[in-house]
Amino acid sequence: MSATEQALVTADAVPLSLQGPAPKRVVAGYGFWLFLLSDIVIFAALFAAYAVLSGETAGGPTAASLFDKQHVLIETACLLASSVTCGFGSLAMQSGERTSTYFWMTITFILGVAFLSLEVSEFAHMLSIGAGPSRSAFLSAFFTLVGTHGLHVTLGLCWLIVMLLQVATLGFQPMVSRRFFCFGLFWHALDIVWVGVFTIVYLGAH
Amino acid sequence: MLGRLSWAAIPFDVPVVMIAAGSVGFLIFCALALVTIKGWWPYLWREWITSVDHKRIGVMYILLALLMLVRGFSDAMLMRSQLALAAGHAQGYLPPEHYDQIFSAHGTIMIFFVAMPFVVGLMNFVLPLQLGVRDVAFPVLNSVSFWLTAAGVLLVNVSLVVGEFARTGWLAYPPLSEVAYSPGVGVDYYLWSLQISGLGTLLSGINLLTTILKLRAPGMGYRRMPIFCWTALASNLLIVASFPILTATFAMLLLDRYCGFHFFTNDLGGNPMMYINLIWCWGHPEVYILILPAFGVFSEVVATFSGKPLFGRRSMVMATMVICVLSFLVWLHHFFTMGAGANVNAFFGIMTMIIAVPTGVKVFNWLFTLYGGHIRFTVPVYWAIGFMVTFVIGGMTGVLMAIPPADFVLHNSLFLIAHFHNVAIGGVVFGVMAGITYWFPKAFGFTLNERLGKSVFWCWFLGFYLAFMPLYVLGLMGATRRMQHYSNMQWQPLMLVALAGALLILLGIALTVVQFAVSIRQREQNRDVTGDPWNGRTLEWSTPSPPPAWNFSHLPRVDRPDAFWAMKQQRGTSQSAVKRTYETIQVPRNNPTGFYLAFFAVLLGFSLIWHIGWGAGLGLLGAIVVCLKQAWRTDGEIEVPAEKVAAFERVRGGQESAV
Amino acid sequence: MSTEIEAQGKSPGAHVHTQGAHRSYLIGLGYAVVLTLASFWASSTDLVYPPGIPILLGVLAIAQMGIHLVFFLHISSAPDQSNNILALAFGIFVVGLLVFGSMIIMANLNHNMMPMDRLLQMQR
Repeated sequence: MSATEQALVTADAVPLSLQGPAPKRVVAGYGFWLFLLSDIVIFAALFAAYAVLSGETAGGPTAASLFDKQHVLIETACLLASSVTCGFGSLAMQSGERTSTYFWMTITFILGVAFLSLEVSEFAHMLSIGAGPSRSAFLSAFFTLVGTHGLHVTLGLCWLIVMLLQVATLGFQPMVSRRFFCFGLFWHALDIVWVGVFTIVYLGAH
Repeated sequence: MLGRLSWAAIPFDVPVVMIAAGSVGFLIFCALALVTIKGWWPYLWREWITSVDHKRIGVMYILLALLMLVRGFSDAMLMRSQLALAAGHAQGYLPPEHYDQIFSAHGTIMIFFVAMPFVVGLMNFVLPLQLGVRDVAFPVLNSVSFWLTAAGVLLVNVSLVVGEFARTGWLAYPPLSEVAYSPGVGVDYYLWSLQISGLGTLLSGINLLTTILKLRAPGMGYRRMPIFCWTALASNLLIVASFPILTATFAMLLLDRYCGFHFFTNDLGGNPMMYINLIWCWGHPEVYILILPAFGVFSEVVATFSGKPLFGRRSMVMATMVICVLSFLVWLHHFFTMGAGANVNAFFGIMTMIIAVPTGVKVFNWLFTLYGGHIRFTVPVYWAIGFMVTFVIGGMTGVLMAIPPADFVLHNSLFLIAHFHNVAIGGVVFGVMAGITYWFPKAFGFTLNERLGKSVFWCWFLGFYLAFMPLYVLGLMGATRRMQHYSNMQWQPLMLVALAGALLILLGIALTVVQFAVSIRQREQNRDVTGDPWNGRTLEWSTPSPPPAWNFSHLPRVDRPDAFWAMKQQRGTSQSAVKRTYETIQVPRNNPTGFYLAFFAVLLGFSLIWHIGWGAGLGLLGAIVVCLKQAWRTDGEIEVPAEKVAAFERVRGGQESAV
Repeated sequence: MSTEIEAQGKSPGAHVHTQGAHRSYLIGLGYAVVLTLASFWASSTDLVYPPGIPILLGVLAIAQMGIHLVFFLHISSAPDQSNNILALAFGIFVVGLLVFGSMIIMANLNHNMMPMDRLLQMQR
């Protein structure tokens, strides 16, 4: 060890990278963060496909004719609000307040379901007027991109139910707390992706 | 009831397939019977199948890869022999519709089920030991990753007997891979088996990347990390960033095939060129995922057997990270001829030439490490020197094709085939062989037979040149890839030379099997008692061979690179018997989640391929139930009491001092 | 792992002070609402030079993603977050490359190459 390094080795000044294996909470959080980044890359590929194919309407309905911005604004409000309530829920979890956790996470769940039902109604309407994913490349890309996001939201809601069951049956032990934390990361990341979706798909429609 | 599956799916009228399937089936039956008769199932289940120990999982990956090497190589032998025969009026013995499946299977298997498992297996085994920690970040996930890869292997091999494989090459370009032109199950087998194993690979990338960044021995900062860990870092970063592109692209093709979407179809606005663009966005990083750990192996091997620290450590690390970033900036060189135009081609051509520079830096660093060192010419060093010569040639032909006008002549010719086999065999295979020989004693407690190892090397080395140098010439003469027959009789002599080369490599593979058998028989003579058979420099050599489940009884404290070498210098030549106190160690418990998930993944995949609704539902449901069971598992770890650790160390101390 | 010394880096999303933490989410919500409404307004207004609207939308979207990252996911420039920042930076690099690279390449290809349906018509 060099002299400078030796002088630096006091308990406070040891750099993070030299402190040995990280605690499980940090390891789990980082691993999930990496998973989220990989998920974002999947979305990037779908965004790329959308960007390239959005003009390929094959004589069928165009984006501008199909999208209702009011509808999207309400969806956005639901998802954004659910992100905040999820944040409050994780704070409650960290303080160990069981009822508060259930309350905020239930609101999150309801807002998520609201988002999904709005999205499903939009899809159903499009299918009913013949603007389904097999009509054109643009519609294939639209349904896949927005549908994949919706699928993630659905999986997130299922995960939320499992998490609440785990809190109910196992309490706030470290393992449950870690997973809850990962859920929060996931839910916020979905809102970030939604910002991209509503900007590029809905607001960018011409 | 069974979707589109019927007895017609089994090709009873194709003798080659029936004989192959019959032989393999018989061998599998014998193996299972042997295990049952000897009563090995409890041992196998406990110690291997449900193991979450990175060392066991690493070994299983490599065994899987070796098995699939035989499968992929038999496809190669079929192709080489067909081409040696099918000149002029002769038609060979493999009709085009079979030949197409063979070259597709060959490529798919070699990349996804040989090269990837080899490399991931090596990283799995070595990383925690080199980092001075007990296991990877997520041991159960590690097991899941392995078994998902095995599930992919099973599906691909089942396609030989039940149904057919894709005829679209190893990347399944549309529109040929769309349902209009490939209505059978072949492309579906390809897509589902790769989606399943791709998920495993992605999870493994996340696992190993987290391990390198968050789990290292105290004092092991980034500058003190072994070079193999740096190349593994770059490789796993590439896995995490690029495999999702593959997943998304295959998902889009699956949606086209199953749900009538129009991403890549010929009609209604689809654009097949987009598939090629996306798939190579993944495909180029993929080859760097394969080669970087091989580079890491060579760095370790060259340093150890020269008895010197690696030359230019910092530039080595820089070069690795530069390659990591640049590998995302060259992908268009795989489709220069698709028509993006001169400007775009020029950019990517220049970037491709630039990416050769950091690799050159690495080669010079290896050479300078060897220079002035006291070199021991062991088998790993043979592979290293063979690699340096072979890989440089392959790299140069790559840079040649990086020039778009040259590529317009050579794209999809046998020159291209020769180039990528040059770098894949000379780089990845040689690297894996070196790594296996180098770390084998650590895994199993005895070294491999040196003489047979050298014979294996020479067979592969000479066999490679004999098999692929003619292909460079043939490519320049105009021969294309993926051809089942050719009319120019002047090509045949070269094809025969290539066949001879392939036979020599076959001999090399056979000798590998012999080498393992002989080494196992001679294991007592070659026992590694000290844990350090090569006078190594890095931490894995400070553990016994094989290491206990917990790897290190005390996590080592590191204060410089080549940590173990430093420890040896400080300690002198003998192992001092330091009185140490031991603590209870937590070791992850065995877990069947990985195996069960893979079982349901196979059910799901097979059902989706054959459109069996209830099977797919059952597979999905089963997978969910397994995950939920795991979620409620609270007894994930066993405690190894301090006395047991102490007793183990006492025995080990006794063994070493008896040497 | 049995040896746990001090927290090695904060995982993304982890925060230090619980008191200010509620405020963090509410401030983030405030900014996000403003940026969202601004985006919706920008997409249908006549007040902005039309070719500049996509750029404005892009800026607003990136700003909002940043708000989410900082206020909801608690990404910061603290040394214990550096691994998270590096991973995020690499992710952004790959995403940007994938999306913009594909757009540029495909635009060039589409410009030079005949559309598939016309190619097929030629073959009939």
